[in-house]
Amino acid sequence: MLPEFFFGYFACAILGLAMLTVTRKNLVHSVLWMLLLFLHIACLYLFLNAEFLAVIQVIVYAGAILVLFLFLVMLLNLREEHEARRFVKAWQGRLAVCILLLTVIVISVYKAAVQPTGGYSITFINEMGHTKVLGTVLFNQYVLPFLMTALVLFVPMVAAIVLAMKERKR
Amino acid sequence: MELLVTIAKTVLYVAAVFGVTLLHVAYATYFERKVIGRMQGRIGPVEVGFRGLLQPFADMVKSLFKEDIIPAAADRTLFFLAPVIVVASVMTSLAVIPFFNNGAIANLNVGVLFIFAMASLAVYGIIVAGWSSNSKYSFFGSIRSAAQVISYEIAMGISLAGVFLMAGSVNLNDIVLAQREQPLGMFAVLQIVGFVVFVISAFAETNRTPFDLPEAETELVAGYLTEYSGFRYALFFLAEYISMYIMAALIALCYLGGWALPGFVTRALPFLEQVPGIIWFLIKVYAFMFFYFWVRATLPRYRFDQLMAIGWKILIPVSVVNIVITAFVKRWLM
Repeated sequence: MLPEFFFGYFACAILGLAMLTVTRKNLVHSVLWMLLLFLHIACLYLFLNAEFLAVIQVIVYAGAILVLFLFLVMLLNLREEHEARRFVKAWQGRLAVCILLLTVIVISVYKAAVQPTGGYSITFINEMGHTKVLGTVLFNQYVLPFLMTALVLFVPMVAAIVLAMKERKR
Repeated sequence: MELLVTIAKTVLYVAAVFGVTLLHVAYATYFERKVIGRMQGRIGPVEVGFRGLLQPFADMVKSLFKEDIIPAAADRTLFFLAPVIVVASVMTSLAVIPFFNNGAIANLNVGVLFIFAMASLAVYGIIVAGWSSNSKYSFFGSIRSAAQVISYEIAMGISLAGVFLMAGSVNLNDIVLAQREQPLGMFAVLQIVGFVVFVISAFAETNRTPFDLPEAETELVAGYLTEYSGFRYALFFLAEYISMYIMAALIALCYLGGWALPGFVTRALPFLEQVPGIIWFLIKVYAFMFFYFWVRATLPRYRFDQLMAIGWKILIPVSVVNIVITAFVKRWLM
């Protein structure tokens, strides 16, 4: 009973907070609602016994990425919402996007494995500790995708530095 | 029923930890003023109570009864919320610190990372404080502070990774126990590079001299605190001192052996085992608090570009090299 109750609360709160995030007029308020949203998502990870993911969610998303959002909002000094021209006015387009997104979600829920495959059963993970298992899998089984992600993240960093260097020479 | 008893016990323990910490914070201000006074050839507070011992309480009463001024153009909700965010996130970090063996309120498996997560939330309080005050000085102060804290968090996290590698765990209790088995008894010797990087970052992370740029009086009045007064100002002050204690506790736990003595000391002098662990812990924490005050009395403030250069060009590369070397040594030599 208790787990369902908590899950219900977090699920409803996440939806409500997401709505608050996108409907606020003031962008700083909007970012702060998003912070609360990220904290709730971290709590959902905790319910899955994924404490490492929960903490990383807070450190990386809430602590680093969202702070950069806040910086950007402040530097642009967007106190009130700008009336931007809508990219697509037709409601059919929005509906199509929504249906596509729903299809992706349904497929991924349908495809999701309840039991992790391979040697990593739930009891084994609980025994070893979540953090240790994650590290072992990430740096042995998935080392190539990991390195590729690092490369993908490295390229824009170099690009940003190159742009900044040019600016200084002038 | 059993659940209720557990909850009641936890609540009592939490209240005790917070109460004792607040008392420590009150006397940390007294300690700081006395230490810096002596170092500068003064005598520090002496008037209130015996040798000025009641000074912290006098200060507290004063700041509680001062007028609470809110700027007319401030965003009121966020202006009220900012100090609460800072104090709440800093106080939550206290939950995972083991004051003695298994003495943490919550013995998390990701203890150190939890403290980092809470520290990164405290940044919001600072940014929101600066933005909601609607004042130039506050805003610049908060932007500076946020940039500084985010940059040094990276160096701090990477330097601690060396400790995680040595201990094979992220749990603070396990890190302390792993140090006791070391031949030298503490990680501060083998992880000297990480230790130095962590100590420097701890100063920047808590906005203390020589990195107290967010409140550089000559340039920014009082940084993000400019528009705050009365007890809201006191809350920010409280948060600063608690985060100093947390950094000191992290250094004591991760590098200086925490509540445990090195194995070779207890083997040579077995009677020291009888001393409660919290005493060793407090000695280490207060030694580092003294270091904070000592540095404040000694060093001038850095310039902002120097601060960023130290963080990004020296500390982060050094700590990355430290991880690589530690990993190789751990893999092939130990």
